[in-house]
Amino acid sequence: MQIIVTDQEGTVHELEALEGWRVMEVIRDWGLNIKAECGGSCSCATCHVFVDAEWEDKLNPPSDEEEDMLDSVPDIQPNSRLSCQILMSEELDGLKVTLADSARQEDAA
Amino acid sequence: MSGNEITTDVVIIGAGPVGLFAVFELGLVDLKCHVIDILDRPGGQCAELYPEKPIYDIPAFPEISGQGLTDNLMKQIAPFSPEFHYSQMVTNVEKLPEGGFRVTTDAETVFNTKVIVVAAGGGSFQPKRPPVADVEQYEGKSVFYAVRKMEEFRDQDVVIVGGGDSALDWTLNLEPIARSLTLVHRRDQFRGHADSVNKMHALVEEGRINFVIGQLGRLEGKDGQLEEVVLNTKAGEMGIPATRLLPFFGLTMKLGPVADWGLDLHDNALIKVDTEKFETSVPGIFAIGDINWYPGKLKLILSGFHEGALMAQAAKRIVHPDEKVIFQYTTSSTKLQKKLGVA
Repeated sequence: MQIIVTDQEGTVHELEALEGWRVMEVIRDWGLNIKAECGGSCSCATCHVFVDAEWEDKLNPPSDEEEDMLDSVPDIQPNSRLSCQILMSEELDGLKVTLADSARQEDAA
Repeated sequence: MSGNEITTDVVIIGAGPVGLFAVFELGLVDLKCHVIDILDRPGGQCAELYPEKPIYDIPAFPEISGQGLTDNLMKQIAPFSPEFHYSQMVTNVEKLPEGGFRVTTDAETVFNTKVIVVAAGGGSFQPKRPPVADVEQYEGKSVFYAVRKMEEFRDQDVVIVGGGDSALDWTLNLEPIARSLTLVHRRDQFRGHADSVNKMHALVEEGRINFVIGQLGRLEGKDGQLEEVVLNTKAGEMGIPATRLLPFFGLTMKLGPVADWGLDLHDNALIKVDTEKFETSVPGIFAIGDINWYPGKLKLILSGFHEGALMAQAAKRIVHPDEKVIFQYTTSSTKLQKKLGVA
């Protein structure tokens, strides 16, 4: 099972993923640039990704809690999601996402 | 509070759970602590990011909230009367020739301390900056991330962006004094108090403020003086005359000035420490909790507590090099129990 992640520099990574892992955890485990400062509790919005169009409908819709957190994403798009709220399963094998600038470890300040 | 100069044994930077518990461990070995935090209250990440979220991996607490953990720690360390300095960021650390350090905050509080404990987690909480070009040039002149002086907004054309309590509260508070006020949010749902949401809608109906569903697109102006905010909406671009912009996207952590104190870092982001004393590359400066790194490090509150206990033993030897440190248990030592006010 794998996910395909485009990082903030445009490099595409094919990452091995495990059933039940959060997409954020897979991305972090492979060492890509993701801040995820609250550790996956849907409390910080720094694991923000853009989901590829062909995959948008295959994900469970965001919970109210995730929608609330997405309000604090400055670079939001219609396909914005928090990757800590996407659980890996067989159906998501091949999921394509792009890391948002607001997910950077040290955003250019 | 400027011009204050405080002499102490230990300055702890960060009032998160690990910084708070360090007060306890240092108190047991009779060291006096001052605690500095950029937030206006204790708890750090636990209070700012997830006060209501349950934590399941604190020993002996099958479940406790971030706020509950903070409240308990504050109670546990109360016997040691730590002094707190909130809403301040440590900007400068200087080594003193006679030993110890001089620590300065952005509120110009100055500490002379023998030991520094950096327990700053992911760094200082800073407002999230909107991803619009050249926003930096407007910051502090016409773009603000907090309202410090309401007068700055009198007779101004104000645009507020966000959907939480900060955005709503300042919409309600600034409406009476602003020349015009526009609230911008990405959707017609707010996560603020229902009462504030209703009041805001009422102001829109009375025509006293505008509410636009959309996002910040770009800023127009010159020399830091904002003239127009251009929004992206479903109907396309929309320009709004604006002289003040308040983006409220919450806070995120940044390492900040810690990076400039001459401490050896790991990956430019974490402070390297040894695992005997959790001391940094500068003797007398310790780092505990999420901000440190050593082989095998796990970012757990639990680990930070352990690191604090060992750090305290080493700090004691620095502050009182001639005193013998006797290891004692709180269950059996009447001396420790007296310090805790229970014997």
